[in-house]
Amino acid sequence: MDTAYLIETIIKVVVILLIFSALAGIGTYFERKILAFMQRRLGPMYVGPYGLLQVAADGVKLFTKEDIVPTNVVAPIFKIAPVITAATAFMAAAAIPFFPEFTVFGYTVHPIVADVNIGILYILGMMAVGLYGPMLGGMASANKFSLLSAARTAAVFISYEVVSGLAILAPIMMVGSLSLVDFNNYQVGGISHWIVWSQPVAFILFWISAFAETGRTPFHLIANDHEIIDGFGTEYSGMRWGLFFIGEYANMFFISFVIPLIFLGGFGDGSFLGAIGLLAKVAFFFFFFLWTRAAWPDVRPDQLMWLCWKVLMPIAVINVVITGFVMMF
Amino acid sequence: MKMEAFNDRNVADNGYFLVDIEDYPTDGWGKFKRVVKRSFRGELFVGLWVVMREMIRFDIHTVQYPQEKMPIGPRYRAVHEMKRLWESDTERCIGCGLCEKICISDCIRIDTKIDEDSRKEVSEYTINLGRCIFCGYCAEVCPELAITHGGEYENASDQREHFILYEDMLTPIDTMKAGKQLEFEGFGSITPHEDERVKKTPLAY
Repeated sequence: MDTAYLIETIIKVVVILLIFSALAGIGTYFERKILAFMQRRLGPMYVGPYGLLQVAADGVKLFTKEDIVPTNVVAPIFKIAPVITAATAFMAAAAIPFFPEFTVFGYTVHPIVADVNIGILYILGMMAVGLYGPMLGGMASANKFSLLSAARTAAVFISYEVVSGLAILAPIMMVGSLSLVDFNNYQVGGISHWIVWSQPVAFILFWISAFAETGRTPFHLIANDHEIIDGFGTEYSGMRWGLFFIGEYANMFFISFVIPLIFLGGFGDGSFLGAIGLLAKVAFFFFFFLWTRAAWPDVRPDQLMWLCWKVLMPIAVINVVITGFVMMF
Repeated sequence: MKMEAFNDRNVADNGYFLVDIEDYPTDGWGKFKRVVKRSFRGELFVGLWVVMREMIRFDIHTVQYPQEKMPIGPRYRAVHEMKRLWESDTERCIGCGLCEKICISDCIRIDTKIDEDSRKEVSEYTINLGRCIFCGYCAEVCPELAITHGGEYENASDQREHFILYEDMLTPIDTMKAGKQLEFEGFGSITPHEDERVKKTPLAY
């Protein structure tokens, strides 16, 4: 392990941290604007031109707010829970190739922190660990709504880990590797080589479970405002609450990277056009998260469980079996 | 719109029909068929299309309040105004005290004295807007149409006892000289251009 490699890795980590922390903030701006437009409103308008500096105003507010640890909470767990959410979200990003490799001043940069050979397994595992953020936060809080939210978190995350894992198993069988770079290279031949054409069921199942694992609207049960206040976030304030938020939005961005990389060709042949194409796909998937929030109602928790165990999981298993038979013969 | 559509009570010939609601399935196979039908009917995409259509159409209904304000109707009962006489620009209020007497929340305080011309003069007149319920009795009872309600509704205050004085309510003399005093159009007056917005109310089905 030479020094250049170490320096390069540290720079990449810092860049990813900075960009995606900022993107989480800007993501809230886009969410508020797009939701407003879909509901015939204007959204934030006063801070800066078209409300663009609203992100900065929110950031200043979050950073300078008093850090309240309420009386009856389990303080150490209460304090560490938001860190788990944000940290696991960013740790999952380590195995995501954000761009094709490019050359700067004769030095080839691989825009992936660690191209480990178990990339997808690592990402899924890290997102599964992310469950401990809301769950511990909710259990450490001293109110019943947070506790309900913690219970829902455990149920939803564990259930949909099954669906996303089984759904992704079929593409893994086809590619024969767990590295996202290998996935990208498998589909390098253009649109007709995308895995989505041979695995449309897996694509839709993984997309559905992405909504559950980021806790977005059709499955927005773990912090459902109209039922359980803010769920696990009820007793949080200031930057601790902000860390939950950054974690949630960073997760949305990362899953929006993972879906195109696995199913929709990723950055293609590695040209500049391919990189732009990947960004466009990520933008679409992020926009879709906001779009569904404006359009669709939430499902009930029992319907969510029913959907997972009685519908999606059998379909995923059948999909894996059929893929296996097709590959065998 | 023709009124026949509302007056004709024979609903059977007018295109009304009973909505065909299927019985809820009781057995497993029926439930399964219902799930499949609902999954592939594409209702979720209808919802997606509706919000996308509104976003593309960009028909924003927001009123950006401090910069933009909705026009307010003449019937609106906001902070009181004291009018002047058109002939002499003097105050209309004759200090009769009827408004103080009728005020049901007891928020008007009026004091009068005899001035040097042996005429009754208002020496003190205050309204406690913190108590006022803006019922409009003072304006209705006023024999001289002196006290009326205006359209100024932005009366946030740093304390509950928010008083407004006679001089604040009185039409400024330069506004009066310019002939810009707005007359109260009377109770039951309608909003300007209301004719264009009015729609017929169906009286019968």
